[in-house]
Amino acid sequence: MTVAKPLPHDAAMRHVTGEARYVDDIPVPAGTLHLAFGLSQIASGRWTEMDLDAVRAAPGVVAVITAADLPGHNDVSPAPTFHEELLSSHEIHYAGQPLFLVVADSHLAARKAARLAQVTAEETEPVLTIEQALARDWRFEEGPRVYGRGDPEAAIAGAAHLVDGSIEIGGQEHFYLEGQAALALPQEGGDMVVHSSSQHPTEIQHKVAEALAVPMNAVRVEVRRMGGGFGGKESQGNALACACAVAARLTGRPCKMRYDRDDDFVITGKRHDFRIDYRAGVDDEGRILGLIFEQFCRCGWSQDLSLPVADRAMLHADNAYWLPAVRIVSHRLRTNTQSATAFRGFGGPQGMLGIERVMDHVAHALGRDPLEVRRTNFYAARAEAAQGGQPPVGPFRAASPRSISAKMRGEEGAAADPSLDLTSRGAAQAVAPQPAPRSEVPGSTTPYGQVVEDFILPDMVARLVESSDYRARRAAIAEWNAAEPICKRGIALTPVKFGISFTLTHLNQAGALVHVYTDGSIHMNHGGTEMGQGLFQKVAQVAADRFGVEVERVKITATDTGKVPNTSATAASSGSDLNGMAVKAACDEIRDRLATFVAERQQADPATVRFEGGRVHVGAQSYPFEDVARDAWMARISLSATGFYRTPKVEWDRIRGQGRPFYYFAYGVAVTEAAIDTLTGENRLLRADILHDCGTSLNPALDLGQIEGGYIQGTGWLTMEELVWDTRGRLRTHAPSTYKIPACSDAPPVFNVALWDGRNREETIYRSKAVGEPPLMLGISALMALSDAVAACGGPGAPYPALDAPATPERVLAAVERVRSA
Amino acid sequence: MEIAFVLNGAPVRIDTTPTRTLLDWLREERALTGTKEGCNEGDCGACTVIVTGPDGTPRALNACILFLPQLHGKAVRTVEVIAGPDGALHPVQQAMVEHHGSQCGFCTPGFVVAMAAAHARGRTDHEDQLAGNLCRCTGYAPILRAARAAEGAPIPAWVAEDAAAARNHARQDTQADDAHPVFRPDISSGERGDAARGAESPPPTAPDAALPKDSDALAAWYEAHPDATLIAGATDVGLWVTKQLRDLAPVAFLHRCRDLARIEVSEREVRIGAMATLAELHEVMAPLHPSFAELIRRYGSVQVRNAATVGGNIANGSPIGDSPPALIALGATLHLRKGDARRSLPLEDFFVDYGKQDRAPGEFVEAVSFPRRPDTLSCQKLSKRFDQDISAVCGCFDIAVEDDTVTRARVAFGGMAATPKRARAVEATLEGQPWTAATVEAAMARLADDFRPIDDMRASAGYRLRAAQNMLARVFAERAGARTSVLEIAP
Repeated sequence: MTVAKPLPHDAAMRHVTGEARYVDDIPVPAGTLHLAFGLSQIASGRWTEMDLDAVRAAPGVVAVITAADLPGHNDVSPAPTFHEELLSSHEIHYAGQPLFLVVADSHLAARKAARLAQVTAEETEPVLTIEQALARDWRFEEGPRVYGRGDPEAAIAGAAHLVDGSIEIGGQEHFYLEGQAALALPQEGGDMVVHSSSQHPTEIQHKVAEALAVPMNAVRVEVRRMGGGFGGKESQGNALACACAVAARLTGRPCKMRYDRDDDFVITGKRHDFRIDYRAGVDDEGRILGLIFEQFCRCGWSQDLSLPVADRAMLHADNAYWLPAVRIVSHRLRTNTQSATAFRGFGGPQGMLGIERVMDHVAHALGRDPLEVRRTNFYAARAEAAQGGQPPVGPFRAASPRSISAKMRGEEGAAADPSLDLTSRGAAQAVAPQPAPRSEVPGSTTPYGQVVEDFILPDMVARLVESSDYRARRAAIAEWNAAEPICKRGIALTPVKFGISFTLTHLNQAGALVHVYTDGSIHMNHGGTEMGQGLFQKVAQVAADRFGVEVERVKITATDTGKVPNTSATAASSGSDLNGMAVKAACDEIRDRLATFVAERQQADPATVRFEGGRVHVGAQSYPFEDVARDAWMARISLSATGFYRTPKVEWDRIRGQGRPFYYFAYGVAVTEAAIDTLTGENRLLRADILHDCGTSLNPALDLGQIEGGYIQGTGWLTMEELVWDTRGRLRTHAPSTYKIPACSDAPPVFNVALWDGRNREETIYRSKAVGEPPLMLGISALMALSDAVAACGGPGAPYPALDAPATPERVLAAVERVRSA
Repeated sequence: MEIAFVLNGAPVRIDTTPTRTLLDWLREERALTGTKEGCNEGDCGACTVIVTGPDGTPRALNACILFLPQLHGKAVRTVEVIAGPDGALHPVQQAMVEHHGSQCGFCTPGFVVAMAAAHARGRTDHEDQLAGNLCRCTGYAPILRAARAAEGAPIPAWVAEDAAAARNHARQDTQADDAHPVFRPDISSGERGDAARGAESPPPTAPDAALPKDSDALAAWYEAHPDATLIAGATDVGLWVTKQLRDLAPVAFLHRCRDLARIEVSEREVRIGAMATLAELHEVMAPLHPSFAELIRRYGSVQVRNAATVGGNIANGSPIGDSPPALIALGATLHLRKGDARRSLPLEDFFVDYGKQDRAPGEFVEAVSFPRRPDTLSCQKLSKRFDQDISAVCGCFDIAVEDDTVTRARVAFGGMAATPKRARAVEATLEGQPWTAATVEAAMARLADDFRPIDDMRASAGYRLRAAQNMLARVFAERAGARTSVLEIAP
């Protein structure tokens, strides 16, 4: 059985030898041209004149393209209700926006020429911050979206204690090591082949077809691999692919584009930054009776995927906790900055950090161990036993102010236009679903009406508390802190419950194409893309297992819109869940044909045919798999099949905030210990212990890699990674010299990661669970450990540290002084 | 200009524009696309290659900010050709596969090459050896496991071959006629005929670019071309080309001026040649001033330390270079040369204002020296990340205390003003006073008289001032034996 084996990544050998090809490594035909965008230097206004003579005259320049030259749609938005220009036709929305396109004979020549333009613009005052956007009421959707249940105001009023505050949560640059890149190769008859570093080849195909004004069947997109994606290549590659395709059309030559790292920072979107205000009413044990969150989400200038990101933040505002009366208000604010976009967790991390902050704050306010407060508020374990409950209370609705976005083209729920981008997460729901009413299970129903059916966190927490020696270490740290004047330590345990499925229900589908050749070798394609997560390897292990052969027999090639059409983005952690099932379906189709064929030949029952050890077993006989394949072909049996999968059970009304958006939940727990220097605020992680739930792992080595890497990425987000814009809206942290992601020495010196030995209660591929995004949120424990260390600086009655993210030395020192000032 | 070097064991002779980077050339001309562009500014390590120079030591360098003429006479290895001759994987490659050290794989070639360089030198301080390589996928844990697993494995033969080729060049370069030096790339393996044949070297000086062979040649050339850009390690000048897209002609590459790289430690003083790399400086400082050595370790990765020079770090006049505050605190003197004229001045006086130094056209930094004294130096570097990050504040304190009285206090900061600068009011408040908490507190208060820092993306002005003050408190606590750094805390 090849499933569950800790096999290396399918391209590991090619990675270490430099043989693995990324878009910029693909050998190109002679005469290939290179592109660069000319970028806006101002954040807001209109350009009135562009003098491009010097650009055109620069060495190596072949063409300069402006909005007026575009042959098709000037729109690279993944949101059909929002227009996002490839090249500005006049409006300027942020500093870094592409204004024109240089086509030159080298990458360097294009970059040099792009800086020679003389742009005359009427600059207006940019809207940059959450506060400025609120003051202008500049937002997406008609007003705040509100989910919830019960009467939280009354619950808070009646509670013994009120805990309220606010947390600012910074954004995050993806910093995929491979920057955005695309290559367009013109074909005969006006067709186009595009190589793109994209998590969403179908989206690239769709946008390129629109840009060229050709049907989708005239565009084929290939993605062999990305050098990291993390959500940053779900929609942000559209501009490069369209630019390459348009330039290739206009020049008749292959065109390639890659962003220099600084351009990549300045042009593309990042994780949404948030401010979350909270007001909680709790009892003496810290049990939450009523809670109101107000989430302010800074979306940047365009809608992109911000609506579902903000939705997911709301859907994770509960994390692992039963909130009997709750209201979650979400403001989707527009600013003159890069359009925030998908980033691992897709709003979930921000929403989850809100409730984890509340837990920490409540514990501090009541003088209790934060772990006990968390446990007190946990959802009920094994909640299937629970019965009854009240019917859901309709969510509070805010008055609807005017629609702000001048560019909004349609409303949510508009009828599907054929040009609409149905496979994008930015797409509207074509038909508003009416989820069946479900009954409330007290202690187990989320604020959005989904029952948490397999709440395993209490058991996971118990095991991690023991294996990490949490209690003894917590006591030892308190002792240590009492003796140390300058450095302080802190420790925290935080849980993760993350919902798995696209919240846009129709995206929960996948296709596959599997061929068996007459020599017994297998060729597998599916709609998922490989960005380092090991999807190809995992799915190949599934295919090998279905046929009972070694995984080396399964050839994996580039994801290709010509092989598997109409795919969803490889996103939402769904890659192996969806594509594993689709590949399984295709393999089983062929396997059934082979079984029937072999059984008929041997006069046996097809159900008794087994595929194992590279052989096909029927009765007492067995044959090499390749012989069966050859014989089947001779008998004119098709050895090729497509497979298809759609996730069952999910249904979701995002306007009402009710339904079952998630097929299941993935869980995890982390204990982090950290230290701070109270003179400078410098801080460091000392130890992390993690227990994570991957169901029955398809490949424990790859899953471990996702957990370790996700945790560190999460700690980077919350500690050192800081995005800074100046007062004119220019991003000042635009390269690794100014924006610091964790380096080798930032990983905690003691780093213990274990997989929970459970299985998915739902019928996923081999009962595994998705693992792409959930581990990132384990990093929240690092921020809480730092908060714990800061709190250790204060005496009795000292204020709560209220540590914002990222917890840079500057923020930690400010929190220390706040705590000490009282 | 024409240059010659050895690439993956085979001699290469090319005519190149002086500021073409090795990375672009490898990828665009040689189709060696294993070496990746991650940031194009020497901060991510995805383009790491191994360069072996005349001393025969294999060093990891960032190819993205390495200009081709800097390779003249050296041997270069890329990820494609680091395996053993039988085609087997290099031990670090094998370990990376076995320990799942790659995910997306884009940073992997750079890691593998940096690991191979460290492996060849027997280094096991992996976190430091890999501080210049960023990975966004793995969280580094499996990479460190792989690095540990490969410790002590046999070193592939090409390491010795590259060393022989580079040494051979150095020998011939020394023997050659000064006006017409010869470079004969020769890997001495006997199997590669092309390499063994060698070739006449091109003249080292082109109209707009020079490769002076020593400091005298440099002095003469620079006096004749006072508007030229001098390129030492190119860790800063490289970005003028890759990020600012400037044309730099004329340029001179100084790496052949080995007489400028000497570090002399006598009983009375330490004199550091301008072309000494930070790696070389680190080695010398470790026993003399360990705090300075640790500062050097943190502020540049291995790849940067192998390229960056002391002279470059001073001459570029950056307000946030980390070696000037330390050297100023040590009482350093800067030695300048123009033609045959030499002069010296206190290092702090060299930094006149932002972007302005006390340096005449055609004048260059020859060396920096400082008196040899018992170690009383404490360097405090504050940045968002510990390794390979530019300081928000760098405070260096050389405070001598005898009989509980401060007998000498030299304090200098980077990141607090438009130049690296002494904290004279702080020094005056300390000197001659009892070394007590009260004195330190009084001195901390005077810091606001010395500096009016600014807000930027690294820190706010208020935080800079506060942290700088606290650094002095930290020095006091440190001397009293308190634990003052989170880096010292064991889990």
